[in-house]
Parts: sequence; structure tokens; C-alpha cells
Amino acid sequence: MTRRLIVVLTLVIAACVAFNGSVMAANPVIKIATQSPLSGDQSVVGVDIKRGAELALEQLSGPLTKMGFKVELAPFDDQANPDTGVANAKRIVADPAILAVVGHYNSGVQIPSSEVYHTSNLANVSPANTNPKVTTRGYLEVNRIVGRDDVQGVVGADFAAGKNVKSVFVVHDKTAYGQGIAEFFKKRAAEKGMKVLGFEGTEEKANFDALLSPIIAGNPDAVYFGGMYSQAAVMFKQAREKGYMGMFISDDGFDSSDAVKIAGQTLLDGAGTFYSTVSGPANIYPGTAKFVADFKAKFNAAPQPFAAQGYDSMAICLKAIEEAAKAAGNKMPTRQAVAKQIRALKEFKGITGTFTFNEIGDPTVAKYFVIQVTSADPAKWNDNPVVQTLDIAPPK
Amino acid sequence: MKSFSKTFNIQELIRPLGQMAFFSIGTTLLLSIFTLLLAWILDRTIVGQTLLDRLNVSLFTYTLVNLPQVALDGLTIGFVYAAIALGYTMVYGVLEFINFAHSEIFAVGAFVGVEILIALDSFGVLKGASLGWAYVYLIAAIVAGMVAAGALAVTVERIAYRPLRHASRLVPLISAIGVSFLLQDLIRLVESLTTGQFNRIFPTFGNFDRRLLLGKMSLGATNITFGVSVKSIIVIVAAVLMLVALNYLVNATKIGKAIRAVAQDHPTASLMGIDVNRIISLTFLVGGLLGGAAGVLYALKFTRIDAFVGFFPGLKAFTAAVLGGIGNMTGALLGGIVLGMLETYAGSYMGVFTMGAAGTEYKDIFAFSILILVLIFRPQGLMGASVAQKA
Amino acid sequence: MFHLLKNVVQPIDRMISSFPRVFILAHIFLGAALVYMSPRSNLAFLVLITSFYSLYHFPTDRWFKLTAGMVLTLLIFPVLGVRNIFYLEVIFQISVFAALALGLNIVVGFAGLLDLGYVAFYAVGAYLWAFFGSQQYYVLPFAPGTQPSNLPFLLPGDAFYLFMFIAIIVAAITGILLGTPVLRLRGDYLAIVTLGFGEVIRVLANNLDKPLNFTNGPQGITPIQRPTMPDWVVDGFNRIFAWIVGHEVSPADMYNVMFYLMALLVIVVIVYVTKRLDDSKIGRAWTAIREDETAAIAMGIPLVRMKLAAFAVGASFAGVMGVLLAGSRTFISPESFSFMQSIGVLAMVILGGSGSIPGVILGAATVTILNLQVLQGLSLYLSQLRQSDAVIPIINFAWANLSTQLDPAKYQRLLFGLILILMMIFRPEGLIPSQRRKRELSGEGNPSGE
Repeated sequence: MTRRLIVVLTLVIAACVAFNGSVMAANPVIKIATQSPLSGDQSVVGVDIKRGAELALEQLSGPLTKMGFKVELAPFDDQANPDTGVANAKRIVADPAILAVVGHYNSGVQIPSSEVYHTSNLANVSPANTNPKVTTRGYLEVNRIVGRDDVQGVVGADFAAGKNVKSVFVVHDKTAYGQGIAEFFKKRAAEKGMKVLGFEGTEEKANFDALLSPIIAGNPDAVYFGGMYSQAAVMFKQAREKGYMGMFISDDGFDSSDAVKIAGQTLLDGAGTFYSTVSGPANIYPGTAKFVADFKAKFNAAPQPFAAQGYDSMAICLKAIEEAAKAAGNKMPTRQAVAKQIRALKEFKGITGTFTFNEIGDPTVAKYFVIQVTSADPAKWNDNPVVQTLDIAPPK
Repeated sequence: MKSFSKTFNIQELIRPLGQMAFFSIGTTLLLSIFTLLLAWILDRTIVGQTLLDRLNVSLFTYTLVNLPQVALDGLTIGFVYAAIALGYTMVYGVLEFINFAHSEIFAVGAFVGVEILIALDSFGVLKGASLGWAYVYLIAAIVAGMVAAGALAVTVERIAYRPLRHASRLVPLISAIGVSFLLQDLIRLVESLTTGQFNRIFPTFGNFDRRLLLGKMSLGATNITFGVSVKSIIVIVAAVLMLVALNYLVNATKIGKAIRAVAQDHPTASLMGIDVNRIISLTFLVGGLLGGAAGVLYALKFTRIDAFVGFFPGLKAFTAAVLGGIGNMTGALLGGIVLGMLETYAGSYMGVFTMGAAGTEYKDIFAFSILILVLIFRPQGLMGASVAQKA
Repeated sequence: MFHLLKNVVQPIDRMISSFPRVFILAHIFLGAALVYMSPRSNLAFLVLITSFYSLYHFPTDRWFKLTAGMVLTLLIFPVLGVRNIFYLEVIFQISVFAALALGLNIVVGFAGLLDLGYVAFYAVGAYLWAFFGSQQYYVLPFAPGTQPSNLPFLLPGDAFYLFMFIAIIVAAITGILLGTPVLRLRGDYLAIVTLGFGEVIRVLANNLDKPLNFTNGPQGITPIQRPTMPDWVVDGFNRIFAWIVGHEVSPADMYNVMFYLMALLVIVVIVYVTKRLDDSKIGRAWTAIREDETAAIAMGIPLVRMKLAAFAVGASFAGVMGVLLAGSRTFISPESFSFMQSIGVLAMVILGGSGSIPGVILGAATVTILNLQVLQGLSLYLSQLRQSDAVIPIINFAWANLSTQLDPAKYQRLLFGLILILMMIFRPEGLIPSQRRKRELSGEGNPSGE
């Protein structure tokens, strides 16, 4: 009996879902999809990638709307799971209105999913995937606006060398992102003649006592953390509480005002805290401060790392679609035209940098800033000064 | 009978204190001796040589100098595990059922406590608070966390477990796993609807972050300080108080007697005039109260929490409960201390002892391996009574 | 409400049952036609996929069922799937999860051992082929990400088939190794130990990148080879079905079809093995253990050995599916083997009815469709509404004001949790209870049964 009930229910639900086919707009619809983890414990970043893209769509879709298109966001949840990511990707490519994908937080999801985009010429701009393999496959469709692991790790190590750091302890968060950066930091640091006292990964989010005891004992000049602020700030705080007074260095995952909310004054003590990032400060990229303000106004929360990248990825997609549509005589452009157009963009000014893509989809020159944390007040996070600026081209 | 409940049973207050001291000192001594022995042996191999090259000290000295701090850290986290483990063990003792959702009850306690402090902070109350008031606010937050978690635990029992009491063993366990998942997303839903934030951060106030220096030793070129932060002391003291109070409740009051009776035999207990359902609710309430308090303490110690904060501490605490012998309160205490110590020792020294081949990343595995080992050789746990197979 | 439905549904059911073949054929035809006409409609797809259920549900003779089932799974699904590769992916994932759920069903449903770390065996299989079917052997001395790019492959892609068999053995051995120490424990201890074991395997996969780089850590292993796809298969498929598909099928699409068919094959094997085991001495021993261990020992059943057998058989099927996954994705990373996955597979078994083969398949299909189509579909629909000017009429609430926090796709855990709780309280025997279970539950007069 109940079985039949279930069948009936399934059909009812299905009918509701099928309804989405019947919401018809008068204008031709262009959709841009986002894929990021919206559920599970990685949703903290994934949701903000989507929100960043949503904000960009709202603010920057004007030219396309004027050309008579209705521009829509199609958000997908990849659950940080390759199976779901691939299934979504196939759903995305089956929808002809979708002309570009902003997406993926996990390289582990991006790599198999982009195989699907590649087979149907659908452009993908990645806001967060730093794994070199994302672009080294050489697909026309795949681009990213973040620096590669083998770039950002080098930036950190070069900065440390400039600060006369003689010994360093490297920690990472056991994600593809954090470990990738940390491996290249370690390699570069050794090349620069620094003594690498230890190299440890940890999935721990709260209790760093065990990890800290070799650090305290070795007392390195600097501790490097490859990963996100939510772990890094907690660890830095506990390290200071245990009496470590050296320098902290981290990557662009550290760029969140929540970092000082967690660690407070401890980031300023001793030799201080530095992080490398591609999101420039307000005086170089005025868009950044405006973005943070707009984001807070719309979502009632401070943007997490990669939200600004989500914004820029969407901005690039919109710009490319606009150019491609113009070239097609204000008609719906083909996917291939959009993908080619992204590569053809020159010096696109975003809020996290100026982008031109090379032949494999990496930004030709990534501008990196090393920023020092100088205030324990979360409201003043964006006033932290740039202590070094580096232009680095990705390896071929 | 009447006089029994009125007499103040001093012995039941002192006994758990003695046990705690004994377990802490015993575990520390055993583990330290073992570690030092291992260091002494490895010192003669390439491992010692590597460390000598890197830090210019012998492995034995390195181990010895770090030992006091490692032991203290281990003890702190051990008491946190013990406080959570008591929640599992209480419920198991009465119902023979693993309350898988206890970790989320812990998380809810943490969230409620932290939200209250954040609210206070946003009114500007916390910033200028004097030391005395700071402690009042902290205690208020802990109490709020306890109440919320206790209420939730009772509700969960009423809705998701009570209807299943007579089903086969796995049925309520699966339901509990369901509750755990449900609650994780519910916390996230509520938090994101109300605050839009994913992380909640324990506000900085009072003197909780201060560190009391207890000693200083030199290690090669550097000085190793040895100390304990105020919040660690608070965690330990609060955990000890909770353990003593619980022990008193179960072993020296009339209610405790009823709990023990229900644990032994439901039908007989009900024949003796005990309202079994009420006692079971009460057990969940007590477990929830402890879990909620542990949640706020956890947030105090580690600053940042999110909706998934309960999972790992919960798993560890459960491991601790099994390690000590599930259903046995003293066992949960011992299990918590042993597990906290073991994983801190392993995490701290493994990297050095294996020359970096395996480090703290194996800390969690270590806990589980210990669990499996104990279960092979002593399936009833360290202190548990032998329980027969039962379908 | 319930009675009303009953009064409406039952006569319809009886009516259909008097001419089942016509209805089934009509259902299949309707589904296929709908999917053909509107290849992007979820509803059409659901009509097609539920036709499989009506094939199972309505009584008719075996040969008809078998033929119709073969036509549906071997012809209609793949051909229509290639038209819209999303459907093919959904069907593929349903078959993968059905195979996994059937494997777990042996452990949970037959032997009554709650295994919360089932994906560990899946991971063992996946990493087995990922290591030998990629360049990883030559990456051993390099830290993740630092290896040169022009390394050779260790084995040819066709070794894939061999490794499907090796995975059976390796996963079974892993199962026995884990099982030997813990299977003497009581059921709930076992649940936690298997949970821990699942975590151990994931953490090992995440960490075995030093001192020697076996798993490439969190970066995962890629590219992993696939067996070769002969040109004549692609050409042949194109020649026969081009008029339905409407476009040239690429080898990449044919790979999807191939892996789908392989998953089907594994399912057939599992179903066959399970059925044979269930009717054998071992199957009866499992039932005895599940119902009452003490009594089972008293009857002279070798407890540990029988439990080990269940564990090893379940594990070996997960191992095969792991190899299949590695081949079909060409990429493997530890993220695919989280605790969440184990719970997902468990939810499928519980929802469908533990111990019941058709039930578990139904459970796998329902959860996968919910997850991939219904939840995502609802989220997309809401997001569309939010971007439109639509207003809920009576309460005058603009959709645009609806918080994005309420997206159904974000609350997958909540859904799994609800499924587990509600099933346990209202229908512990599952959607399609196993025959034996059904008898027991009605015999005992269990209040939660029907």
C-alpha cells in the first residue's frame, strides 16, 4: 500500500521539479552556472563563491540585458564530491542556455568535471583551483584566475628569504590546495638555503597542541601555514599562547577578517603575521573595498576567501559572453565562441587583479601582494598594509 | 531509606577525586617512561643522529624537556573527552544503546553558549567587564549551553528513540545516526538564517587567554617554557566538578539508585515502583547537560566552532568510553584521560621519532588503532564488566 | 487522507494487475517517448525510470519480465542516455550505487552486521587500479605536484579487466584482515570500529604521499587509464542509432555506456551470488546470526567464520566497483571516500529494505535521483523564481526575497538524516521488505509494521 503512495508522491515531486521547464521568459535566456560545495563542511567557502558570482551577475549583467537577453544564475551544489560534480556537469552541458561555468572549489571535483565541459566546448573559469593539473591538460575551455600552487608557495618562500628567515616549519591542512602550496614553499625555501625544520599536515581544526610541541622545541624563525584561515588562525593563536614569538606566514586562504576575530592581538605580537594574496588592497584595486561593502550589504556577512574570485570569474564570463554576442550580431553566441573570447580578453580589470590568459588558461602574470596584519580590529582588516608586491608568471 | 538521601555522603565526593588523581598520574608516568625509553633506544640509531644535526640536542633531552608540557596538554584534552564520554556511557549504561547524536548535542551546547556571549559582546558588555563579571558571564553561558543541550537530548529521546525501544539493537542506532546528520544541517540552517555566518567565534574577554608560566628549561639554543593557560585550568576544574557531581548523583542519591536499578533490569525496576521512562529521560537530560557544558568549554578552549564541530570530539569521546568500558562511569573517566594523553604523546613525538615520515596527521588513526587493539584483547574495555554476546 | 488514497489506489492497482503486460509496455513506451521528445525534462525521465518499477511490481510471467527488463536496461536506457548524457550519468550512478548498496546489503541485511565504513573497501579497489593503471609507480619518489610531466604508464589500459578480478581478492583480504579482530564484538561496537576503519583508510589515502608517494595525497591520482575502446564499437553504435540520438556519438560517450553496462554486469553477478548464498547453508547461518547470536552458536554455527564470509563477500563487491569508479572517472582523490558516502549507501539499504534485493535497488535509485535530480532541480527552480518577478499570490511574498539559505540542495545531510529516522520509526522493514523479514515482522505483531 505504502509503496503505491510513494510512487504517487514521487510523481508529485517530479511534477514540481518538471515545472522548472515551464517557467518561460519572453527574452532569450543566457545562464551562467556556478558549481561549488553548498552543503557539508566545505560550504563555508563554496557558498561564498556562489554569492560572489551572484553579486557580479547582479551588478555587471547590464550590457547583456540591454542587448535583449535575460541573464540568469544557475547555482549547482557539487558537495565537494566528484560524483556529484560530474553529474551536475553533465546536467549543465545538457542545458543549451548555459554558456559558461564559474566553478569548483576542490581541484578533485574540478578535474573530472572539466573533462565534461571540455567535450562540449563549455567555458569554465575557476575561482579557486590552484592544482597545476587544472590547466596543464591544455584545454581551451578551462581557465583560472588564481595563481597556481607552484607560484604562490614560491612567493611565500621568496618573501621569507627577503625577511632573513633562516629556519622555517611548514604546516598544511591536508587539502589539495594547502598541501600544494606548502610543498612548493618547502622546495623553494630549501633552494633559498633555509632550514626546513619540519613539514606536517593536519586535518585538526581545534586542538593543535601535539603539532605545536615540535614547533616550540625547534623555535624556527617562521611558521608557514598552507591552508585556510579557519585552521591557521586557531593554530597561530595557540602557538603564541605557548610562547612562540617568531613570524607567521600564510597564503590567500588567510585573507578573511575572521582571522583576527579568532586570533586577535596574537597575530600582531612577536615577529608578526604576513600572508600572500592576489586580492589587492583598496588603493590599487578600488573595486575590492567596494566589493566587500556591497557583499556585506547584500548577504549580511563578511566575504570568505575566494568570494572575490567568484565575483571576478563571473565578471570575466559576462564580459566574454557580451563580446561573443556582439560578434554574433547580438544573437546568442555559441559556447565555443565564448570559450575563445575568454582567451582573447586582454588586460581585463577585475577586483582581484588584471587578467590576460595564456594559451593553457593561466593568467599570464599574477600580481601577488604580501600583506602584514597590523590591526586586531576585524573592521580594519582591509587597511592592512602591503609590504611587498611581486609579479610572477606561471611556469609553462 | 529517608536517612540515606539526607546523609551527605563524603566518601562519594572524595572517591572520584582520588580516582582522577590516580588515573592522571598513573597514565602520565606510564606513558612518559615508555616514551623516554623509546627515545633512549632511538638515540643510538640514525633517528637520534638526524635530530642532533637539526636541532643540536640529543633525542633523549628533547623528549625529556618537552615532556611536562605534553603531559599537561594531554591531560586537558583528556578531561574534555572524559566529560563528553560520560554522556555516552550514561545512556549506554541504562539503555545499552550508542547515542550517536550526542556529538551534535554537544555542538548545540557550544553554539548556544557562544551565541549568548556574542550577543553580550555586541551590547558592549564584555569589553570592559571586570574579572569577576567575566567569570559570571562565562558561567551564564555554560549554564545556558547546558540547559539547551539537556532539553534537546530529552526531546531527541522522546521523538527518535523511545518509539524504537523494543526494536532490535541496530534500529535505534541507525535512527541515532539519522538524528546526528539531521541536527548538523539544522544547526547550519538556523545559523545561516539568523546570522548568515558559518563560523562562530568565541569572543575575547576576561583573562582566559593568559598563560601561567610554571617553568623554563633550555633546549640547545632555545628556551622551552612550560605553562598552562587560564582557560585550560577552567576546563580541567569544570570537568572535575562535573565528574564529581555526576558521581555523587549516581552513587549517593535516591535518583542515582533508580538509575542504577533501571540499568540493571527495566521490568524489575518498574515493578519496584520506578518510572522507567522518567529515569531514561533523566539519563538523557544528565548526559545532555554534561555534553552542553563540555561544548561551551570546548569553544572556550579552541575559540572557533562550526556546525560540524561535534563530529570528531564526539567520535573520540565515544572511543574513550569504549576504551574505558562502556557503561562504566569510572571507565569513561579513565578512557578519556588515557585517550587524550595517548594521542597528544603520539602526535607530539611521532614526527621526531619517525624522522618526519609520519607525523601528527596520524593522530586520529592512532586513537582508533588503540581502540581496535583494546577491543581485541579486552573487549569489555579497561574497566568494564564482562558483557556476554547478546543479539 | 491515507484511507482516501488507499481507496483510490487499490482499485486502480487491481485493474492494472488484470492486464499487466499492456500497462507495462505502455509505461515503458510512454517514458521512452517522453524522454525522446523532451530530453531535458526531469518528469519525462522519471516516467521512464519508474517503468522499471512497474515492471517489477505487477505480476506477469518471468520471460516477459526478463525480456522487457533487458530491452529497457540494455537498449532504451543507453540509447536515450547518449542523447542527453546527464541521464546516462544518472543511470550510471544509480547502477554504481545499487551495486554498492547490494554489497552492503549482504553485510547489513543478511548477516545483520552494521558496517559504517563500507566505502573503505570501495577506496581499496579504486586506489588499487589508480596506482597500477596510472603513472603513479614512477611518481613514488616525488612529493605531490613536483613530478615531471612526461612519465610513462606502468600497465596498459586493458589490464583494467584483470584488476577487476584482483580487486575482488584484495578487497576480500582487507575485509578479512579487518574482520578477524573485530567480528567477535557485539554489533554496536562493530559499527564504531568499522566507522573508525573507514576513517583510517581515508586518512591513509590522504597521507601516504610520504615517505614514498603511493597515493599522491589530497591531490589525487590522475590520469588513470581506461580499457581501449575499439573504433568499430563507436562506428557501429553510430550507424545503428544515429537516427535516434541525433548527433555523432563520441568515444567519450561510448565509455559512459560501457561503464554503465559493466556496472549492470556487476549487479547481475551480485544478485545471482546473493540469491544463491541466501538459499544455501551460509545464508541460513547468516539469518540465524542476525536473529540471535547465542542461539546460533548453540546450534553449532561457526560464528566468526560466517561473519567473516559476509564481510569478505560484501567487501569484494565494493572493491570491484572501486576499480570501475577509478576507470570511469580517470581521477581518484580521498574526498570520494568520506564518512558521508558510507552513510549515503547505508541510507539506500535502509530505505529500500535491508535484506531485500529489489528493495535495495529501489533505495539506491530513489536516493540517487533525489540527490542528483530532485534536490538540485528544486534548488535551480527556486533560484529561477528568485531571479524572476514572480510573487506568491495570497501572502504577497516576492520570491526574490526568499533567502538563498533555504536552497534544498544545501541540506542533503538533513534529507539523509530524515530518511534514516522516519524509516526506523515508521517502516523499519523498508519500502520493499524482504520476504523473510515480512513474515517475521507480521508474526511478532511488531507495532511499527503494517
